[in-house]
Amino acid sequence: MISGDTAFSDFPHRHLLGIEGLTPAEISFLLDRSETYVEQNRQPDKKKSVLRGRTVINLFFEASTRTRTSFELAGKRLGGDVINMTVDSSSIKKGETLVDTAMTLNAMHPDVLVVRHADSGAVKLLSEKVNCAVINAGDGSHEHPTQALLDALTIRRRLGRLAGLQVAICGDILHSRVARSNIHLLTTMGARVRLIAPKTLIPYGAERLGVEVFHDMAEGLKDCDIVMMLRLQQERMKSNYFPSVREYFTHFGLDYDMLAHAKPDALIMHPGPMNRGVEIDSEVADDFYRSVIREQVEMGVAVRMAALEILALNLDPALDTNL
Amino acid sequence: MAVKLDEPLGRVAYVNARILDPAEGWDGKGGVLTDGEAIVDAGLGLFDGGLPEDAKIVDCGGACIAPGLVDIRAHLGEPGEEQKETLATAGRAATAGGVTSLLCQPDTEPCIDDMSVVEFVARRARQLGLTKVYPYGAVTKDLKGKELAEIALLRDAGAVAFTDGTHTISDPQVLRQALSYAATFGLLICHHPQDPSLAHDGVMNMGENATRLGLAGIPREAEIIVVERDIRLVELTGGRLHIANVSTSDSIDVIRRAKERGINVTCDTAPPYFALNEHAIGDYRTFAKLSPPLRGEEDRQAMVQAIADGVVDCIASDHTPQDEESKRLPFAQAASGGVGLETLLPITLELYHNGHLSLLAALDLITRKPADLMGMTAGRLRVGAPADLVVFEPDRSWKVDADALNSKSKNSPFDGRPVQGLVLRTVIDGRTVHTHGA
Repeated sequence: MISGDTAFSDFPHRHLLGIEGLTPAEISFLLDRSETYVEQNRQPDKKKSVLRGRTVINLFFEASTRTRTSFELAGKRLGGDVINMTVDSSSIKKGETLVDTAMTLNAMHPDVLVVRHADSGAVKLLSEKVNCAVINAGDGSHEHPTQALLDALTIRRRLGRLAGLQVAICGDILHSRVARSNIHLLTTMGARVRLIAPKTLIPYGAERLGVEVFHDMAEGLKDCDIVMMLRLQQERMKSNYFPSVREYFTHFGLDYDMLAHAKPDALIMHPGPMNRGVEIDSEVADDFYRSVIREQVEMGVAVRMAALEILALNLDPALDTNL
Repeated sequence: MAVKLDEPLGRVAYVNARILDPAEGWDGKGGVLTDGEAIVDAGLGLFDGGLPEDAKIVDCGGACIAPGLVDIRAHLGEPGEEQKETLATAGRAATAGGVTSLLCQPDTEPCIDDMSVVEFVARRARQLGLTKVYPYGAVTKDLKGKELAEIALLRDAGAVAFTDGTHTISDPQVLRQALSYAATFGLLICHHPQDPSLAHDGVMNMGENATRLGLAGIPREAEIIVVERDIRLVELTGGRLHIANVSTSDSIDVIRRAKERGINVTCDTAPPYFALNEHAIGDYRTFAKLSPPLRGEEDRQAMVQAIADGVVDCIASDHTPQDEESKRLPFAQAASGGVGLETLLPITLELYHNGHLSLLAALDLITRKPADLMGMTAGRLRVGAPADLVVFEPDRSWKVDADALNSKSKNSPFDGRPVQGLVLRTVIDGRTVHTHGA
């Protein structure tokens, strides 16, 4: 939290590092603000000038196409200058430490740094060394707050609420930052969350996060409004988290037979990129009425516009928010 | 003897018997009535009111009638080692020993790490109509202890529990993942506890005898350390572990304490470990070369005590057929293991004859308890259950003669031993599949 007046007193934070710790009101505010951009993004003229003169740096230490593109579009549609730095072109390869990189970039006076890093906590460390706002675009297995927000926005627009919904998150929970951010957001907003995975892919003590854990997918999907599938990295097989893709799909893959255990109108979500035939059957992924996977991508841009706007303007308390 | 599976069975009354059922606590005059393949009535005093008129009568002549024996560990040799044993010869040995259900080890060639092998073994055994065979699935691919096998798909194909046979999983992370993954589906992992690097090139129990014989010793710690480690991993993962072939007093102490703390661990031992000690090796007798090795007398006595105390959950035959080419070798080069299907009952009954257990309690260790452990319905005289029965005389003596065994391999560590407890008749699914002297 930053001291003194901020442009957005409903979200009095300097950074967006995670969902854990945010209040229901703050989350609702972020979602409401995002909502205003959904309509605008569907117009031929998508450009605003909220971030005119501001610099956004996408600093990605881990490969990403979707999230980076989404942030880039969001920044540009708000009229900001967006620069992409990826690990290949940065000096990290030359042995510079994370903190050195942060200090170097800080000297160039960016307004917002959007950071992804393979290590949990790396984005937080970086945020402590810079004067600008920092958005966590995914740190290790810790958090990916804008993903949880875009998932929540998608659900809220479809079903009108979050509270009271039964949401199943299925797959590699152990290594998933998407799962952790979603657990925090959904439980904070009053939804009930179930985790479904083999025991090897559930982190120790997961129940303490306020969720129910299931190892039988059919049982776990019962009465669910939302089925959220996670990407399964096949390299996990080498460390014996599961023996084979065919065994995984047989017991934890989502096809229509499995989906039949959820509510008849349950929505299907996936943060992408999908492994068709590994965690999700193609037919289900492409279900015109029930799969909201494309909509999630659309909501992503709106959510990132809201996050960039709020954090950039919070830096300057004198600015009028009704630009 | 070929079993005619299509022969009509009708009703059969087993009369003039002492009925024994550990599950019900029955021990007294009674009988069993079967219809077709199932038990339709059983109990104390069953035919006191007269014999059923429409049933074929089998006079047990005062002998005991009990649930068919359940053996949770036997190597069957097929597929891959048919020169040592086949499903047919193992089936004849098992039925001669009163065993009506058994679990077979996955270390066949190819090993049971693939659904097709589970189905092959189950189908072949079913066609024979002898002892019911339930395959273990492999825990790791090719039993190498590195990558998990397709445990859930193997379960779907019919594997009832999982083990790498006599291969100990030495990498603790692999066993950790295996326990955790198996717990996903509520499946049991069975583990043979012998650290291969500590066992090294040892061929018998480490101690004075090994020193005198000039044979490399296997320290008891090779077992104890694995048992201690495994129990920690069960605690960590919340999995279910069954420790096979326990042979030392220290392992028993560790398991007893774990059970007292409520940890989900069970164990078994095999007849050699409570009925023989390392002196059975004598002058380099390779039939007494087993894995784990026969231990000293103190350990043997501790195993008897552990069985009497209930720390040992059941007794398995650990039937391991080895042909002459594998045993008629210098001791160090000879293969490990002994046949055990036909001596499981009489050696277990030694615990009764020596006053350590009641007859019912001894029988419990080879009927209901192993069945319950594996989640099988066998091992009890339940109405509606398959008519799997054994008729035996608990006191009748005979002498083990390896050459007279039904098993294709004759490597019994009990060769020449006078024993008590003779199987007269074995019934599987209502069909008599073995009759003494027939």
